Amino acid sequence: MSPVTATRDDIFEILDRVKDPEVPVLSVVELGIVRDARVQGDGVTITVTPTYSGCPAMRVIEEDIRSALMSHGFGVVHLETVYAPAWTTDWMTAEAKRKLEAYGIAPPGPAPRDSLVSLTRAPSSVERMRCPYCHSLETEMRSEFGSTACKAIAYCAKCRQPFEVFKAL
Amino acid sequence: MTAETSAGSSKSARAENRMEYLLRLGDDRLVLGHRLSEWCGHAPILEEDIALANIALDLIGQASLLLDLAAKAENKGRDADALAYLRDAMDFRNALLVELPKGDFAVTIVRQLFYAVFAMLQGEALQRSSDKNLAGVAAKAVKEFRYHVRHSADWVLKLGGGTIESHARAQRAVDELWSYTGELFLADDVDRAAAEAGFGVDPSQFESTWESTVCDVLARAGLIVPETAYMQRGGRQGRHTEHLGHMLAEMQIVARSHPGASW
Repeated sequence: MSPVTATRDDIFEILDRVKDPEVPVLSVVELGIVRDARVQGDGVTITVTPTYSGCPAMRVIEEDIRSALMSHGFGVVHLETVYAPAWTTDWMTAEAKRKLEAYGIAPPGPAPRDSLVSLTRAPSSVERMRCPYCHSLETEMRSEFGSTACKAIAYCAKCRQPFEVFKAL
Repeated sequence: MTAETSAGSSKSARAENRMEYLLRLGDDRLVLGHRLSEWCGHAPILEEDIALANIALDLIGQASLLLDLAAKAENKGRDADALAYLRDAMDFRNALLVELPKGDFAVTIVRQLFYAVFAMLQGEALQRSSDKNLAGVAAKAVKEFRYHVRHSADWVLKLGGGTIESHARAQRAVDELWSYTGELFLADDVDRAAAEAGFGVDPSQFESTWESTVCDVLARAGLIVPETAYMQRGGRQGRHTEHLGHMLAEMQIVARSHPGASW
């Protein structure tokens, strides 16, 4: 493949090898951050949608995308940030969710659809949490905010391990 | 005045209105984000240290996007960093509520409830802005504010229904902060012009929803809304409490001491 003949699929294949620096088991494609790719001459425009407004990994991700494409011969790499529609964990593939669990992070359930907010913790996220270590459902949410913007902290009563949960968003 | 200059001046009035409106949105988030970051390493428990830092990060991220849009609307060569770090207190347009010192944990949590419910309702309306950039930033922010609302409501219930000490502190926080909530819904010409243009939203339209949501949480927490007729105001016009200047001195010192530095 040369940059001039590259298709959208070729670009996605290259970017599928660019991992998220904070969840290194998933690629930026699997996470749904990369929304589109358009080739023009030996240049390419990549559309990205950030996971969180203040995600500190976004700059690193953009640099990693740029260098991956440049190492494949693209002369110019434009990055275009699009905020609408807002990123949702529903864009993650089933395969990505399996990889997350194997890595030790409970994957997100379906994103909440209602616009109303329950004023206490979301019961749906509590019900669907499965311990990634022992697969028990005897788990509880400890804090809805974790080591990174995209994760929460839960605890498994069966194996007595705290574990991280990818927030459904 | 010729037709051409009149069209030009109405165009520049529109840009000025956008800039002013976006500053209000951006400054609320920047100032509150900084106040929350003051808890980093000082929160009562580790999970809360992490939670407050996460919420601060959401707010500062949103502020950076909004101030970037404000700088573009202004179109005078300033960027988001210049707006955040090189303006003085009187040029800030945040509501007074967000600049008050962080206080104890109860003050921080009660303010979070008051502000997050407001910002969530504001964001839900701004998702329909005629400006697709602002609508996109708002759509993202709404998802984040839902978490912030749940987090603060959860804690208000715990503090209000907790010990005698936690209840007393939560009630004191409500009493101290209540008179700063009215300003959030006070619409002036800037809000009305932005709303008429389809760009912004008139905050007075969701005041009753805010009040019923917040009062429901306070009632369930056994906390009483004070009977205060007087509401503080002035932040949107640049008339601030003395606290903002002190906060900015700390927030801006690195950028002002090393102009143009990057790291």
